[in-house]
Amino acid sequence: MSNWIPLWLHKLGSPPTFYRFAGALQPWAMTLALLLGAIALYGGLVLAPADYQQGDAYRIIFIHVPSAEMSMFIYAAMGVAAFIALVWRIKLAEVVAMESAPIGAAFTFITLVTGSLWGKPMWGTWWTWDARLTSELVLLFLYLGVIGLYHAFEDRRQGARAAAFLAIIGIINVPIVHFSVNWWNTLHQGSTINVFGQSKMSWDMLWPLLTMMLATKFYYAASLFRRARTDLLAMEGGKDWVRKIAADEAKP
Amino acid sequence: MSAPQTFFTMGGYAAYVWPAYAVFFIVLIADTVAPRLRRRRVLRELRARLVRQQARQDRAGSNSIPTPPSP
Repeated sequence: MSNWIPLWLHKLGSPPTFYRFAGALQPWAMTLALLLGAIALYGGLVLAPADYQQGDAYRIIFIHVPSAEMSMFIYAAMGVAAFIALVWRIKLAEVVAMESAPIGAAFTFITLVTGSLWGKPMWGTWWTWDARLTSELVLLFLYLGVIGLYHAFEDRRQGARAAAFLAIIGIINVPIVHFSVNWWNTLHQGSTINVFGQSKMSWDMLWPLLTMMLATKFYYAASLFRRARTDLLAMEGGKDWVRKIAADEAKP
Repeated sequence: MSAPQTFFTMGGYAAYVWPAYAVFFIVLIADTVAPRLRRRRVLRELRARLVRQQARQDRAGSNSIPTPPSP
């Protein structure tokens, strides 16, 4: 095939081009996230019926499962970006990997807290050292480790490489989190959504959940674009294109 | 029970459901606000640096002491 795709990717990898590209897409991603999120919340909190076993407590699922899925999805994305950063030394890949970590940590934290708030009325405990819960906690520590290691170096790019290495090693935890409910006897229930078969949920409850999962994807894109733009400004402070932005934004 | 009332009481689970949603929104709002504040700080520091550089250049230019020609 033609070589315009690699050329386009190469151009997109340059900080000023990506800055403009992300700036153009960011508001759209955020709008879609808010719109889909609002629809999902209305469907989940108002339209969906109460569960026959868990009553209304199950409604935590509409934020718990999307957050849990994002905690793993973002880790995988961070791992891929970290790999690209280590192999090809692309500055933008470092930025994407390192700015994904706080977003992933936020979703992992939400997963643990909402899970705890769901566990108390259903299991009678806030926390248990169950395989699913423990591996998710390890995921949070991996995110915090990546963030901490990145900031531990004076030279940002050196820090990014060290943290990228840790991020890649930590990928092993993602399948452990995902399959923990099958591999071990856990208090945590099994998967509700089945991509390749019948999901164990009625459509009234399933569509708000799937909509929220889509909304959180767009949220991740919006947040990543916002963070990457800021990081590029901080990294490229000496360059002309950043000076121009600084000067332009000083004018009211 | 009327519909809005069941919505707020969450069938008796309000003490668990609403804090869960509160955490979700508070954490994501913090994640949205933090980079905006950082962006503002980064640009402000950069402008301050540019102003200092400019001042240094102006001082060097206005001094009547002839500077040795640069190689």
